[in-house]
Amino acid sequence: MWIRSTLAYRVSFVLTVLGGLLVTGLDFVAILLMFSQVDVLGGYTLPEVAFLYGVSATSFGFADLAIGSAGRLGTRVRDGTLDTLLVRPAPVLAQVAADRFALRRVARIAQGVLVLGYACAALDVVWTPVRLLLVPVMMLCGGLIFSAVFVAGAAFQFVAQDAAEVQSAFTFGGQTLLQYPPTVFGRELVRGVTFVLPLAFVNWVPGSYVLGRPYPLGLPEWAVFAPPLVAAVCCAAAGVAWRAGLRTYRSTGS
Amino acid sequence: MGSARLYAAVASGGFRRYATYRVATAAGVFTNTVFGLILVYAYLALWDERPHLGGYDQAQAVTYVWLGQALFATLAIQGGGFETELMERIRTGEVAVDLYRPADLQLWWLASDMGRALFQLLGRGVIPFVFGALFFPTALPDDPVIWLALLVSILLAMVVSYGIRFLVALSGFWLLDGTGALQVLMVTGVFFSGMALPLNAFPQPLGDLVTLLPWSALLQMPADVLMGRVAPLSAFAFQAGWAVVLLAVGRWVQGAATRRVVVQGG
Repeated sequence: MWIRSTLAYRVSFVLTVLGGLLVTGLDFVAILLMFSQVDVLGGYTLPEVAFLYGVSATSFGFADLAIGSAGRLGTRVRDGTLDTLLVRPAPVLAQVAADRFALRRVARIAQGVLVLGYACAALDVVWTPVRLLLVPVMMLCGGLIFSAVFVAGAAFQFVAQDAAEVQSAFTFGGQTLLQYPPTVFGRELVRGVTFVLPLAFVNWVPGSYVLGRPYPLGLPEWAVFAPPLVAAVCCAAAGVAWRAGLRTYRSTGS
Repeated sequence: MGSARLYAAVASGGFRRYATYRVATAAGVFTNTVFGLILVYAYLALWDERPHLGGYDQAQAVTYVWLGQALFATLAIQGGGFETELMERIRTGEVAVDLYRPADLQLWWLASDMGRALFQLLGRGVIPFVFGALFFPTALPDDPVIWLALLVSILLAMVVSYGIRFLVALSGFWLLDGTGALQVLMVTGVFFSGMALPLNAFPQPLGDLVTLLPWSALLQMPADVLMGRVAPLSAFAFQAGWAVVLLAVGRWVQGAATRRVVVQGG
């Protein structure tokens, strides 16, 4: 329904997608500007950073498209309109995801794919079948990991309704973090996003295999193939958090 | 004198309105701190590779990041101040009520937005800045006069930011749907203010161009005042110049817009 209502205004839709391409592409323009001044950043060349950026942006784009609407859950909790979703015979999470489904978010995926395409063409690596296969796996698992963060953030909004911005620190912030090479960041921060909030498995860890670079923390070799496992664990944890959050929901009003 | 009291009341209303949402403010502080952390590390790597890029040393680049995070919400660099509300009022026609008030539209919203900006400077800006100064090597002056100059520069930046957003909001009289205009506001705000990368680190000749645009009055000017890279008086002159131009254009557009307002309804 939301897709049809969006497509009803074709010109407006095309314009918003183009605008979205510009807005979300700005991050990459900033990186390009940086590389107009330097040849390497944290020891990584432009195609390598573009590769990290592309995977991060596409994965995040998939998650944002699928469940980005969950960011507004706090508003529904505050004004009590979540009740409407609870009485319908469909899973609440699915309804939250479909609520105001914004097809224009494909813009983020599109620009991520563009940058990734450039990176893959410009990268100086031997494309073995394993490497080639790992790229779509990264995007899929990355999308799941980011989705789990979105759901966990939504669950947190049951408790703290006005704190929607905390969620963007982890979702949008996480995406921004992963655009840069892990070598740029402090060791503690890299540890945190590897072992505590495993965002590093979106692109840093598997990407280190594709780019043929050692990961700064010296993980075991099989870790580069762990994204599916990490994604599964994240989704399970997010599911538990969501159920716990939903149980604490008390409607507003008398 | 009566009208000065009126606008002071509107400004304090704007301040109190944003001060009501404590959890949202705390959440904003957290988010600005996280983004500051990410940017600081990226900039440190950049300045590691190119020391003295744009005339900054590493400590100055770090200071720039945290000042940017402190001013991000204050100056509504991405939008998110009064302009969405005013646009909605223009779309629904409620703006007719505003025009009936015995107060000027432009000054009314200026007062309200100054109240909001002052609260967000205190509530959202100070903590990330102090956090940055505590945990990273920053280049902060000892001279209290510089800090005072920074404050004046930030106040002027607030007016320039308002001037830009007032024009964007008035575009609603012609466009009705504000989505596109707000998107443009966001892109230009983040990019030309130096939020994405300090303007002096832009490649030339783009760098020279962007420092002349009004957006450089938002973040670049206060930052350069703080780090003593520009004489405060010439920074004030630049900022005040743009503030006057933007407010004058805003006044002119407001006149044109109100002449074409047709209030619907019976």
